[in-house]
Amino acid sequence: MDYSLSMEHEILRKSVRDFAENEIKPVARELDEKEEFSYDTMKAMAGLGLFGMFVSEEYGGQGMDYVSYIIATEEIARIDGSHAATIAAGNSLGIGPLYYYGNEEQKKKYLPKACSGETLWAFGLTEPNAGSDAGNTKTNAVLDGDEWVINGSKIFITNGSTDITAGVVALSKTGTRKDGRPELTSIIVEKGTPGFEARTMHGKLMWRGSDTSELYFDDCRVPKENLLGPVGDGFHQMLATLDGGRLSIGAMGLGGAQGAFDMALKYSKERVQFGKPISTFQVNSFKLADMATEIECARLLLYKACWLRDNEQPFGKIAAMGKLYCSEVMGRCVNHAVQLHGGYGLMKEYDIERFYRDHKLLEIGEGTSEVQRIVISRLIDAV
Amino acid sequence: MNILVCLKQVPDTETQIKVAPDSKSIVTDNIKWVMNPYDEYAVEEGLRLKEKFGGEVTIIGVGPTRVTESIRTALAMGADKGILVDDPALTGSDSLGIAKILAAVIKDLDYNLILCGKQGVDDDYGVVGSNLAELLGIPQISIVLKLEVSEDGSTVKAHREVEGGILVIEAPLPALITAQKGLNEPRYASLPGIMKAKKKPLDVKTISDLGLDAGQVGESGAKIKIMQITPPEERGAGKIVEGETPQEKAANLAKLLHEEAKII
Repeated sequence: MDYSLSMEHEILRKSVRDFAENEIKPVARELDEKEEFSYDTMKAMAGLGLFGMFVSEEYGGQGMDYVSYIIATEEIARIDGSHAATIAAGNSLGIGPLYYYGNEEQKKKYLPKACSGETLWAFGLTEPNAGSDAGNTKTNAVLDGDEWVINGSKIFITNGSTDITAGVVALSKTGTRKDGRPELTSIIVEKGTPGFEARTMHGKLMWRGSDTSELYFDDCRVPKENLLGPVGDGFHQMLATLDGGRLSIGAMGLGGAQGAFDMALKYSKERVQFGKPISTFQVNSFKLADMATEIECARLLLYKACWLRDNEQPFGKIAAMGKLYCSEVMGRCVNHAVQLHGGYGLMKEYDIERFYRDHKLLEIGEGTSEVQRIVISRLIDAV
Repeated sequence: MNILVCLKQVPDTETQIKVAPDSKSIVTDNIKWVMNPYDEYAVEEGLRLKEKFGGEVTIIGVGPTRVTESIRTALAMGADKGILVDDPALTGSDSLGIAKILAAVIKDLDYNLILCGKQGVDDDYGVVGSNLAELLGIPQISIVLKLEVSEDGSTVKAHREVEGGILVIEAPLPALITAQKGLNEPRYASLPGIMKAKKKPLDVKTISDLGLDAGQVGESGAKIKIMQITPPEERGAGKIVEGETPQEKAANLAKLLHEEAKII
């Protein structure tokens, strides 16, 4: 057994950590407060190479392994969830489907700009009435001559309505399968296509510095060749995309937990009550010990899932476990961390307040904790 | 323009340093090692000059295998190749010993400029650069805030920080410069840069490769000897200045600064 990361992974971690501390930390709180997506930090993240990490160099990617992508996401999430969300969604949900299911022409057309961070892509899956029940997708596409005509809407779509969003992949119902279930197909819709509109959603509890949108398709016509993969492959593509996406949500939980722990340890060593730093009281030191232990477990689990993926072994079960565990560990860590900060932890001038809010999405997005438990139950043959 | 950058690896500035039981060294378990921050300025300046004049940037490090990570980091930032001198006989080298090793590496290289950090942030001697320039017999300008190389690449003009002002010094190349904070803003190692760095050459040399013998370097060759390391004194508790009004508080503060702190 070898638990060590490569030297490149260590260099990557240090570089992304320094970047996040110096470039993102100073602006994260204000962006959260204003509920604003920053094109400046987006450009800086793109410049560092945080888009297209697992895409091969021929399409403008970095050609790195999945562990690298996860470490980078973890380090951004250690400082700010919103920026990590832009990266996780941009890579796993935006770039991923184009890279894994696009034909040569589509990859050459869309990936170089997406990997340089010049453009963002979004994955249109969730609908107002199709959350965990993705099979209930109502957005439909009908072939009319040489064009698909799409009607329907999507909700909670990350990166769908930024100024640099180049388009979305819309999971659409294109018919009914023999078994009576809907036939789902992925279709590429470029921004600017008549009948397609993306609206930014406001009033979020969390990830307020990231872009979340509603997508509307109203007799939206796209060329027949905008199919992403074969007709009917959409459901399978979605499941595979979410398997990978779960790792990046896991990375956000892990990084967020680490960030919360780092803040809690620092604060509780400095905060003096009854003449002693509060970290020295056993009731608090045990909280810190529990946090450190759980973070270590979360990291081992998540990295193992990445290792399985990088070594082309089945990783679905461990990915679901990693997503579930990392997001719940972050939940426990932010809870302890706010408690250790006392009244100050309830104030916006302390970043832990933002972490406490940002964490909640992780138990809901890209498969709720309940759905992860269903996935795991099936994979261990319990049901 | 060929540029050499000498690099040291030091404990991360956030590491809590503990003195070892022998009182002459520090506990190195669990220390995170990083590129000396002043050397980052040197690397960055080298890269900027390369971007302007062309040529190559070579990174030279001395120390155990772990130093490879810092050299690779510099390669990921954009340097072209690295040389590491790694030899058990180096343990206990003083600044002069390190300078001798660097000089032995450099004497066979083709260079126009050598860049070093002004000091290592671990032991803070700040003399390796000067020693090295002396051993090579080239001009040196230390603690540099701004650097200009002439268009024809024959001379260098450096702004050097002095008490209350700036000294502008010119020297013919080849010369050695030591970097001060403020010289530039070092870039991050980008992800594509990290991937490219994997393929860049990094030579590892021993002291016999350099024609040195063990007696010239390491503990036996050192001119100075560490007798004792003590941690800094713990900071005492702060004091809250008493007084009914702001005026009264200010008067009491002035009194304390004068009578107790004796600084005014």
